[in-house]
Amino acid sequence: MIPAPTEPDEQDLPERRRGFRLPRLSLKALRYHIGGLRSAGVRFALGYAVLFWVSAGLFLSVIWWGTASLLQRQVEASVAADARALSERWSDGGLSALALTIEDRLEDNVDDDALYLLVDPHGERIAGNLPSWPEAVAMSNVWYQLTIKRAGIRGVAEVQSFDLPKNYRLLVGRDVRGRSTLRHLLTDTLFWAWGIITILTFVGAFFVRSMFRRMISSIARTTSAIAHGDMDRRVPLSGRGDEIDEVAEAINEMLDRIKRLMDGVKQVSNAIAHDLRTPITRARAQLEYAALHAKDETTLRAAIEEGVSDLDNITAVFEALLRIAQIEAGSRRSAFATFDLMPVLSDIVELYEPLADEQGSRIVLRAPDHLQFYGDRSMIQQAVSNLIDNAIKFSPHNGTITVAVATGFNPAPGDRAGGRIITIDVSDQGQGMTEADMERASERFFRADAARNTPGSGLGLSLVQAIVQLHGGVLQFYSRSPGLCVRMYLPLPEDDGKKQGTDMTEDSQTYHLQDRPDLLLSQS
Amino acid sequence: MRILLVEDDPTVRGFVAKGLTETGHLVEQADNGKDGLFLAVSEKFDVIILDRMLPGGIDGLRILETLRSQANATPVLILSALADVDDRVAGLKAGGDDYLTKPFAFSELLARVEALGRRGRNESAPQTKLEINGLEMDLLSRTVKREGQKIDLQPREFRLLEFLMRHAGQVVTRTMLLEGVWDYHFDPQTNVIDVHVSRLRQKVDKPFEQPLIHTVRNAGYMLRAD
Repeated sequence: MIPAPTEPDEQDLPERRRGFRLPRLSLKALRYHIGGLRSAGVRFALGYAVLFWVSAGLFLSVIWWGTASLLQRQVEASVAADARALSERWSDGGLSALALTIEDRLEDNVDDDALYLLVDPHGERIAGNLPSWPEAVAMSNVWYQLTIKRAGIRGVAEVQSFDLPKNYRLLVGRDVRGRSTLRHLLTDTLFWAWGIITILTFVGAFFVRSMFRRMISSIARTTSAIAHGDMDRRVPLSGRGDEIDEVAEAINEMLDRIKRLMDGVKQVSNAIAHDLRTPITRARAQLEYAALHAKDETTLRAAIEEGVSDLDNITAVFEALLRIAQIEAGSRRSAFATFDLMPVLSDIVELYEPLADEQGSRIVLRAPDHLQFYGDRSMIQQAVSNLIDNAIKFSPHNGTITVAVATGFNPAPGDRAGGRIITIDVSDQGQGMTEADMERASERFFRADAARNTPGSGLGLSLVQAIVQLHGGVLQFYSRSPGLCVRMYLPLPEDDGKKQGTDMTEDSQTYHLQDRPDLLLSQS
Repeated sequence: MRILLVEDDPTVRGFVAKGLTETGHLVEQADNGKDGLFLAVSEKFDVIILDRMLPGGIDGLRILETLRSQANATPVLILSALADVDDRVAGLKAGGDDYLTKPFAFSELLARVEALGRRGRNESAPQTKLEINGLEMDLLSRTVKREGQKIDLQPREFRLLEFLMRHAGQVVTRTMLLEGVWDYHFDPQTNVIDVHVSRLRQKVDKPFEQPLIHTVRNAGYMLRAD
């Protein structure tokens, strides 16, 4: 908008144009700052301003009206009292006494606002400070407002006439010049007050708007940053713990959850991209080789069968991945119910006992007779089966696999502190795991070096981990010498926890998890 | 058996129809929901194999619901790519008798279809005794005898044998055993079932000359007389 200095002829025109443009610019800027009525902040602030402004106006009007009518009533009351007193004087002492009283009163009147006039039936003045009967005053007992001129000053007076016996008439009034001045003063004061209030209102509205804007915009900025892919942004908390903080916290929690879900999806797609390639490549190579090189039908058939079984494995991996993702998304709580955990566990142990037997190891179940548990039965079955399956795989000959169930209290601080929990341990006497492996054990497709040659997909523990998390529990690994203990900490339903405690058999231990203060049974 | 196959994918349909025909069944085919529904209500079948997602505006569950609302109790096996537990429950709730997710092995499908067809025929009379070639099972006293000789079985072994005997002459897959005997609806990583069956064999077959429990390669087990 700054004109190019090369053309001096046009110097004038852009100058003028700039003059036009300035208000437009500022209007635009204003509109930007106010944001128009579409902005909730502006509407909020305007609403506040209008409400405040109107209520201040109402308040001031009430004050004005109340004061004015009080003054009016005072005048009326004093005139009425005067008139009554004077008519009593008339009845007591007759005309001369009344005239005398009027003169006395006028002398005593310090404010010089009293007006009296006593006239005879012919309208001749007998006493009082008005020169003559005003023409406007015709009827008695009616208020008249007159402009009178006294000592060269015009003023407003309120008067009332009273009929006396023998057609004498009395006029009593008050010069209300002082009152009008007071009223004007009051009006001016209130008007100014209203003006100041109006200004304050708009200043206040501006503050309200900017406050509103501040708290909304931090949320809006964060969410829009997230919408543009910056998943690590969070709404800053003011630390005051007010409603805004509550909203911010709720949003942050939601964002954390979304991030976890997205990570899950990313992991699954990565897994599909990388880890499924290997078995697919194998199956493909198998089939292609057979198609190209098989000499007779038997070899061809064998190769195809192997290819099919490879594909079946891929399907199984797929299903496991999807199932883990689905459980992690937390959408499978629909099947949660209260059930007795013990028959479920003994069924699984019974299912695996012959298998363990074949491998030369045995399974021991140490558990109370009954234990009510709230969760998804089929998932708990699957989690425990996976753990037992693993334990059997790594158990040495003549080894013992122990499935132990105990109840205890959650020592971790937080919402669930002191809540009843259950631990399900599955321990073997195999070679165990290194610390580093334990940390990664529940990652998808992770297989410890020692486990490379055993069958499996590396998804079993991931599934267990997902199931435990869905139940609000924690999965932990401990070294035994020798062997490995996998422990699921699961929260128990609160109401029937106490009742179940008495059902525990003697030989089952009760863990008071004081030695694991770092353990947190956190909400998944 | 007369079987209706409603499946839109021509490869899968051809594969299943060919397999079923080869094993001696009569197969009618439909490739969309409308034709499938028409055939299902107008003709009599022993088993219907129904894909869930079908073209033609009528999906598998709609066909199933329509059939059941007309008091047609033909056993229905739902075939679906929806492997979700909730989908499975929805399918069974709609009136399905069995649910098989894609991809599937033909042997699994065949075994389940034959089990369904059998169930449709002899469900009327509740049995108290099962008998196959000298192997007797008394369901009331829960005892098993073979050639007059008593065989001691654990409760679970009893149920396993009962399941095999009820499906005598048919292939029973490992998944069917896991679902039917243990009521587990997931695949254990190792074949625990094989061990259970081999234990049962030890008791039922080993002391006798003729084996009754046979392994069917790539499919499962079968209890038969020959």
